[in-house]
Amino acid sequence: MPDENKPAKVEDTVNRRQFFTKLGLGSLGIAAAGTAAFAYQFLEPNVLYEPSPVVNAGSPDRYPPDSVTLDVNSGIYVIHSQEGYFSLSAVCTHLGCLTAWKPELGIIACPCHGSKFKQNGEKIEGPAPKPLPWKRIWLNNDGDLLVDRSTDVPALQRDSFVRV
Amino acid sequence: MAKTVDQYFDDLRGTRVWRSIFRSGTGASTLKRALAIQQNVFLHLFSTKVRTRMLSFSTTWYLGTLTLGTFFILVATGIPLMLYYHPSAPQAYADTKDLQFVVSSGMFLRNLHRWSAHTMVFLVFAHMFKVFYRGAYRTPREFNWVIGVILLLMTLLLSYTGYLLPWDQLAYWAITVGSNIASAVPVIGNKIRFLMLGGNAVNANALLRFYVLHCMILPLAAMFFVAIHFWRIRKDGGLYSHGSEPVTLRANASQAGVKVVQ
Repeated sequence: MPDENKPAKVEDTVNRRQFFTKLGLGSLGIAAAGTAAFAYQFLEPNVLYEPSPVVNAGSPDRYPPDSVTLDVNSGIYVIHSQEGYFSLSAVCTHLGCLTAWKPELGIIACPCHGSKFKQNGEKIEGPAPKPLPWKRIWLNNDGDLLVDRSTDVPALQRDSFVRV
Repeated sequence: MAKTVDQYFDDLRGTRVWRSIFRSGTGASTLKRALAIQQNVFLHLFSTKVRTRMLSFSTTWYLGTLTLGTFFILVATGIPLMLYYHPSAPQAYADTKDLQFVVSSGMFLRNLHRWSAHTMVFLVFAHMFKVFYRGAYRTPREFNWVIGVILLLMTLLLSYTGYLLPWDQLAYWAITVGSNIASAVPVIGNKIRFLMLGGNAVNANALLRFYVLHCMILPLAAMFFVAIHFWRIRKDGGLYSHGSEPVTLRANASQAGVKVVQ
């Protein structure tokens, strides 16, 4: 038997059954991937009927000097300070509860887990990982204050205030 | 001589209609009794024979069975509640108040649903502690422990999704906090929150998604895993009872001088 010591020939041919098995499994795999993509796209809403991020906070006259005003519906503070008007998010940076201004203590406090913030958003204590973000505030042509909740601005910067 | 109740039942079991439904027929032989279990679509998940020791109160405290009982109560009370509840904002809150104060027996059903939910969470934990401290999670039952952990997760998710449905302040802020916890997952956290709520905030989309999860997806998934959980008890050698374990039996036999061939 002269062929006994030769290495066995590597079987690189695919028979009919193997070919169709691979074809079938491959098709199923492609269909499964397509279904997964379809399901993901379906679960992600394309249109959201959510309130606009831009809030009309009304005339600046509504806010007396050295006052902090919370609008519970939009979740923002409008603060009239010595330097001008500015706006803070009232949503706690810990887990999203609505904070409240405590005039007797002069601080912003979260009822859920006890985070406390200064009037300029800086954290005093508690589990909140970040200060309350400042929001872009400006005057429109009617003289009303507008706040864009989707845009953060740097804290305590000249451009982050509105002066009337 | 008058027939006893048992004899009437035996006659019933002998009728053609009964035999067409239950193939195992009458008779108290071991074979017949085993067939009665094995040929029933619900009971065939369980062992055809069990040691009485496995069924004694001290072995399990019946915690798993009691958990199943609360699950049945939750299904039986949850379905009628669905008939008066619209999962839309703000109607859901009004419907919950109607269920509480207007619908006949609505308060009873709602409270039963609520207390059973709390009880089920308690019983699941008690069951797991019992299994853990008795060492019943060990080989060959380790996979059934994994199924049990999945069922714990299902129970907690059912509790969590049900929490939003009254659409009151407690529900709203609990889901706000909970969904923000979900967004702490690295990289994909915000995506998870967005898909879970169907938006950027807890609103009508979130209520509908939680409703579908609570009333459809999670209960069906739970039933699927419960079936596997029960079937695995049989496959893994029955309920854990220390005195009936092969290890214990072998040790006892070797002490008595008998060689056990496994």
